[in-house]
Amino acid sequence: MKPAPFTYHVPRSLPEALDLLAEHGDDAKVLAGGQSLMPMLNFRLAQIEHLVDINRIGAEHATPRVDGATITIPALARQRQIERNAEIVAALPLLGAALHQVAHPQIRNRGTICGSLAHADPAAELPTVLSVVDATFTLASARGVRTVDVAEFFQFYFTTALEPDELLLQVDIRKPAPGTVTVFREFATRRGDFALGAIAATCRFDASGTVVDTRIAAAGVSATPLRLTAVEQLVTGTDLNPEVLAAAADATSASVEPTGDIHASADYRRRLTATLLRRTLAAAKEEHHG
Amino acid sequence: MAEHPITVTVNDIEYQRSVPDRLTLADFLREKLRLTGTHLGCEHGVCGACTVIVDGAAVRSCLMLAVQADGCQVETVEGLAEGPELNPLQQAFQRNYALQCGFCTAGFLMSVTAALRDGPVTTDTEARDVLSGNICRCTGYTGLVKAVLEASE
Repeated sequence: MKPAPFTYHVPRSLPEALDLLAEHGDDAKVLAGGQSLMPMLNFRLAQIEHLVDINRIGAEHATPRVDGATITIPALARQRQIERNAEIVAALPLLGAALHQVAHPQIRNRGTICGSLAHADPAAELPTVLSVVDATFTLASARGVRTVDVAEFFQFYFTTALEPDELLLQVDIRKPAPGTVTVFREFATRRGDFALGAIAATCRFDASGTVVDTRIAAAGVSATPLRLTAVEQLVTGTDLNPEVLAAAADATSASVEPTGDIHASADYRRRLTATLLRRTLAAAKEEHHG
Repeated sequence: MAEHPITVTVNDIEYQRSVPDRLTLADFLREKLRLTGTHLGCEHGVCGACTVIVDGAAVRSCLMLAVQADGCQVETVEGLAEGPELNPLQQAFQRNYALQCGFCTAGFLMSVTAALRDGPVTTDTEARDVLSGNICRCTGYTGLVKAVLEASE
């Protein structure tokens, strides 16, 4: 058997799951889709005393919904389920575009949105997407429920605002304002591999084609998904003409400090991120002009 | 370490077994049920060799615990052939040289089986997308692409 020994728990309700987390806290991990945790257990990079499998806490925690301007994605909603939900993809095309680039269907069939967010890999697609929308993270424990925003949720590599006894119960995402264009671009050496770089952006234009509001985030260049605020300021009030795009790419290079590894050097990743930024904004402009 | 009683249906046969907490579904299939057609390559979800279909969805059986499959319907490569006859997908693999050593083949077959149930695959690009979640390290992908397109006809 690959994983080190642990005690498996399968609570049948949310309160039961939260009681188990309250009891075992530091020594426990939550198992949802298992597409990040199970590899870590198999490699014994993670060794835990207690595994709390939330897959049977109830169908209400697996059913996403769109209510007016809010998209609610509960703890057990699978990535595949969201990418195939026409209502959600129409409400937030950015999510659909990013999900198609998250690993492979066999992974997305099990992997959950909330699980990827709680795992908090700064190079992953979903934390980057959540960084450019208005989103509320609901954290539940036996002590009660609290909410945090994205800036508070992602704290460091694989580190979130979740306390050991807390579960990411759901994320609520506000639909972007009407007329907002969203774009996701990434580069990976092979289909489904971890991205070497990625950019998520929301961009709202006025009737003349001038950017009035934008949020841009980069993946894999920092300890958390990185909002490129200097770039956002630079492009706001412009029509994203070629000179602006060139300046925005330069500003991106200056804003990010990626680390190099066996797959790509730090310098390559910086240039890649700047290139993706330029392509993202060009795509946003094109989509606005339609 | 605790054992958990589970009931799993694999290729339409119901099995009742007791499984330890940390046994993966892949090891359960191979070691408890002796269904050794499912292969294990990387054991961390990258290579796709262990792909099986659980409740209609292709998944990595190395990334699921056996105890999680309690009450589930599992399909493995052993369930594809119709008696002694290879099914049309397996025949397409054979005709198009879509395998060489065969280690990865079970995973490819299960991934493609699930994908073809979602609808036809009509272009090279779509076929490569369907195949992208599995890795072959000896014969390459050209034969696989041809086999998927032929099986989809």
